[in-house]
Amino acid sequence: MHAIYEKPKTFVDKATHFCPGCGHGIVLRLIAEIVDAWGIRGKTIGLAPVGCAVLAYNYLDIDMCEAAHGRPPAVATGIKRVHPDHVVFAYQGDGDLAAIGTAEIIHAANRGENITFIFVNNAVYGMTSGQMAPTTMLRQKTATTPSGRDPINSGYPIRVCELLAVLEGSSYLERVSLSSPENIRKTKKALEKGFKTQMEKKGFSLIEILSPCPIYWRMDANEAMRYIDEEMSRTFPLGVVKDWEHKN
Amino acid sequence: MKQLLTGNEAAAEAAIQAGCRYYYGYPITPQNELINYMSVRMPEVGGTFIQAESEIAAISMVHGSAAAGGRAMTSSSSPGISLKQEGISYLAGSELPCVIVNIQRGGPGLGDISASQADYFQAVKGGGHGDYRTIVLAPSSVQEMADLVYDSFDLADKYRNPVMILGDAQIGQLMEPLEFHRKPKKNLPAKNWSLTGAEGRKRNIVKSFYPVKGQLEEFNAHLQKKYKVIEENEVRYEAINIHEADIILVAYGTSARICKEVVKKSQQYEFRVGMIRPITLWPFPKEIIRKVSERVECVLTVEMSAGQMVEDVKLAVEGRCPVHFYGRTGGGVPTSLEIIKKIVEIVPDNRAANTLLQLAEVK
Repeated sequence: MHAIYEKPKTFVDKATHFCPGCGHGIVLRLIAEIVDAWGIRGKTIGLAPVGCAVLAYNYLDIDMCEAAHGRPPAVATGIKRVHPDHVVFAYQGDGDLAAIGTAEIIHAANRGENITFIFVNNAVYGMTSGQMAPTTMLRQKTATTPSGRDPINSGYPIRVCELLAVLEGSSYLERVSLSSPENIRKTKKALEKGFKTQMEKKGFSLIEILSPCPIYWRMDANEAMRYIDEEMSRTFPLGVVKDWEHKN
Repeated sequence: MKQLLTGNEAAAEAAIQAGCRYYYGYPITPQNELINYMSVRMPEVGGTFIQAESEIAAISMVHGSAAAGGRAMTSSSSPGISLKQEGISYLAGSELPCVIVNIQRGGPGLGDISASQADYFQAVKGGGHGDYRTIVLAPSSVQEMADLVYDSFDLADKYRNPVMILGDAQIGQLMEPLEFHRKPKKNLPAKNWSLTGAEGRKRNIVKSFYPVKGQLEEFNAHLQKKYKVIEENEVRYEAINIHEADIILVAYGTSARICKEVVKKSQQYEFRVGMIRPITLWPFPKEIIRKVSERVECVLTVEMSAGQMVEDVKLAVEGRCPVHFYGRTGGGVPTSLEIIKKIVEIVPDNRAANTLLQLAEVK
């Protein structure tokens, strides 16, 4: 019998620590599927962030490195310079990439580092009990914006893809979401494009993935998916922001 | 063949000769000759040079290259080294070999750009968070800078541990003739823990995170065991006149150069001063200091700080004899006359010392 759907080999066979309804498991699985399909386990090196995905290396059966909070772009740079022909990706959350690691991601993009960044944006600090993230939307309630994010005190949500697009060093930037099977398929395509960008040495790629955090959004899993479509995608429009294959 | 180089350039060239192919730095005075030299030499040997966006990024790039199995280095000066502490703690916690050069300048804060030894605590006691150690080597000449940097990569690889070279503005910017001694490499353990892609083997994970209760304590016990082995095997120091001396000076780096002058002057006038110059600040040469303290009248520690290494000297002496201190701060460098005056002050009935003082003052 021919299996039409099975657990990817690169996805370690154990329960994850992620909360019910979390998107991280989906994204990690998609990475594992691509590593399997492309047969690149032996030449792939991943970076785990500090945050909810800190234990990503427990679930992906590939060589992986930890980085201090926000530093995956710099650590990945150091790895990629030693192994320029390997596939190096950094997996980062919104606090890691767009708050404490803002300098690192901007300069990795500016150098055109031939690395793929997988940016999981769930608009909240999940690991530390739901505080405001740099991508928390206006009026969104979090542990540290109990009355909703007010730009007068807390600034505005940062649109990372648009921010990096102005840098000449960035090659491929796309925002996708996990809100439906269709969007998950698009996410996988975007990840493949990111890896392809790197393998063809076309430079810096970043895929921003809008991902649900039902626990700290204080809603159930279905509501969270709807929230991505109806609220989050308005602040963070889906689509290709920059593509080296289709330069305007 | 002798060459004339600054200490900073000697450190850079020695690193390249030791096989360092990944250098990440950020400009800061007084170590600029090092980063500038690397920007020229690294491309010549097919290595990587990146001027990083920050000190934090530079040490994190070192983290990556070390994890990937490369010989990696960064360098900076005091305020920049403060920024690197996060990375150093992670490197120590991930057991990654690397070399960090600190060409110390005056502090605290922005301080100034002249020579200082006020980062001893930071270098030797940790600086970053957690129970970790870095091997700290303190050159006192340009030649020794080259020799120690060359050795430091082997030490780092041997113990999978960060090594810090603790110099200062004087040692970094001084030009002296030197020769590069390319000692053959010892048999170093294979880096089968490094990240190379898990082709045909189990995956490798480089990390310092142990969230399961008990694992972190176990890991810390392993680290402490390793540090004990380093303490037993890697202590280096220079001892001068320690068997004849009544008083022993303890100093490292630039301060040690000046103390050597005092020892020399004292010999001329039959005044019995000896000296111990720690070359490894961690592991600290406590055994030899302990031994000497059983016999001498007193110990005088000289530093370009308000008194940092003197605490380790006191711990080694354990009250067997008085331990005195003379220091200059904020870019001040002690003169041999100041040190002799201090000796006269702490040994007032020493007529030989007074004679020495008179002669030194006449000069």
